Amino acid sequence: MLKIDKELCIGCGICEEQCAFGAIEVVDDVAVVGDSCTLCGACVEACDPGALTLEIEDAAAKVDLASFSGVWVFCEYRKNSLATVSQELLGIGRTLADSRGVVLSAVIIGSEIGDTAQQLIGYGADVVYKVEHAELEPFTEDRYTKIMTRLIKKHRPEIVLAGATAIGRSFIPGVATALDAGLTADCTGLEIRRDDGALLQTRPAFGGNIMATIECPRSRPQMATVRPKVMKSRDFDVSRSGEVVNVEPTPEELQSRTTVVESVSAQQGNVNIQESDILISGGRGLESEKGFELIRRLAEALGADVAASRAVVDAGWIPYPHQVGQTGKTVAPKLYVACGISGAVQHVAGMQSAEAIVAINRDENAPIFDVADFGIVGDITEIIPKLITKIEEKRKA
Amino acid sequence: MKIVVCVKQVPDAKDVRLDPETNTLAREGVESILNPYDQYALEEAVRLKEQLGGEVTVITMGPPQAQGVLRLAISCGADNGVLVSDRAFAGADTWATAYTLAKAIEKTGRFDLVLCGKQAIDGDTAQVGPGLAMRMDIPYITCVQNVRSADNDGMVVERMMDDGHDVVEVKYPVLLTVVKDINEPRVPSLKGKMKAKKAEITTLSAEDIGADPGSIGLPGSPTQVVKVFPPEPRGERAVFSGTIDEQLDQLVDKLKPYL
Repeated sequence: MLKIDKELCIGCGICEEQCAFGAIEVVDDVAVVGDSCTLCGACVEACDPGALTLEIEDAAAKVDLASFSGVWVFCEYRKNSLATVSQELLGIGRTLADSRGVVLSAVIIGSEIGDTAQQLIGYGADVVYKVEHAELEPFTEDRYTKIMTRLIKKHRPEIVLAGATAIGRSFIPGVATALDAGLTADCTGLEIRRDDGALLQTRPAFGGNIMATIECPRSRPQMATVRPKVMKSRDFDVSRSGEVVNVEPTPEELQSRTTVVESVSAQQGNVNIQESDILISGGRGLESEKGFELIRRLAEALGADVAASRAVVDAGWIPYPHQVGQTGKTVAPKLYVACGISGAVQHVAGMQSAEAIVAINRDENAPIFDVADFGIVGDITEIIPKLITKIEEKRKA
Repeated sequence: MKIVVCVKQVPDAKDVRLDPETNTLAREGVESILNPYDQYALEEAVRLKEQLGGEVTVITMGPPQAQGVLRLAISCGADNGVLVSDRAFAGADTWATAYTLAKAIEKTGRFDLVLCGKQAIDGDTAQVGPGLAMRMDIPYITCVQNVRSADNDGMVVERMMDDGHDVVEVKYPVLLTVVKDINEPRVPSLKGKMKAKKAEITTLSAEDIGADPGSIGLPGSPTQVVKVFPPEPRGERAVFSGTIDEQLDQLVDKLKPYL
């Protein structure tokens, strides 16, 4: 609870200005705290007279933080391929492990993993825990959660990272709950604080309008899921050496209360748009399903994948997995080309972390131009075919 | 069928901005809405009730004014609303929120199915659903895009994966988180609105649910926010000039690194 000492409070209002949540205000020359207080402590630091204090009751059992050591990375393996975020995690994992002077371990779970486990060493791992069994493909929450929880309890790493993929975002929260560990979702920045070696986890919130840095002061491991495409992977190094440890799942760990009866790969183009380097995205401005064909043609010319605004998905021109925005996916490609998309906040929330943004729209006042790096105002049906021709010419040249 | 739907009151995205000078959230004119993903969870619950019979209870953790989203849910077909509200819950992260909701659901009695939206649009974590299921020791399936079939013992659902979808079979009790593709939510009926107005909302405090003080609010949260700041602003937009053809030439030049 935030405690306010009415005797010490001078009613200066500095706390009110400091509060990012509008939770504190000065009424009759005394600060009063409201329901939206998140106990962040910003006001306490700002209060010169020392009228504000945060009373945090100590969590039940103190965890011996120093008894945890090492950085772990979960490497996702599905349908005989490694999710590319795995190499990125090994890249940042290596950096974190080196800065802590500890071992980097990878965990790979699945069926028919083969040489992939060994390859993780070339990407930066010192130790690879390989958990292989026919029952571990396809993924189920129960099996993965039990195995990961057991391994973490046994080896006590201080940091555990996983990709913010469909699988990572599903079972990692279960693991964190089972371990009573802190977990930060969708991190875009990870660094070690010099003073105490704590992991500082930075992530966007409110659709990317706010960034927040989060820590886990009292518990271990410190867990985070990391957005694909944000961290840099290392070049594969054949000369790196390490150890692959085979881990047998127990019969109990192989039990699952859910059963996958069928695993269906998407038929219509690549739907994993969170891993795409270039996205061509179409909106209502294309006017018809036929108009949307232009998006597919431009994507083909650029070797890109296709995305869409909510309006287009709701109209049925393209399936939901391609939707970018608040109720769709959040993407951060190298290049995002928004065609006929007005740029409502709900859409921008899903794409504003793209490296470069191109907007093509008829309406020069469309908000999409506010986030665009390059913009052209005009008729899409005229512009896109011309753009395709020019790109093809450039390629040939 | 006893169905529990977990909902959250969130600020409308279009109003949320951090003042870059003061690093504080803009307060004026911020409207609260029902988290969009939760609307799909609620609609699916009402459809299942219509098909199989039973009762839909909506539950939220939040300040007293969060009962607004409970009434909205009742106007859309839910039967009961439960508000879990206490100053001691302030500062809860996803771990403490999952704990609190689990205790509250336990208090409200037996259930077959718990439905949640995939994530809330303010935090975007997608962690409370799975955490809640783990706490209650029931199976869970995230990102459900379609309920293929459901009867009184269990269901078959399609869940979104990065490369397509998986078809998953499960028996109750189970927790599902749902995505937008699952249905098209109805708008509240006039009759529903009348019912919502008169509905009794049950309010539960930390004491009512028997919560351990060390597991709720900030003291119970393993994660803590150290700093809040605005994202780096994007650079100035390049302005092209000339005819469309000339502008396109300039654009293609800029796109060279991607070709």
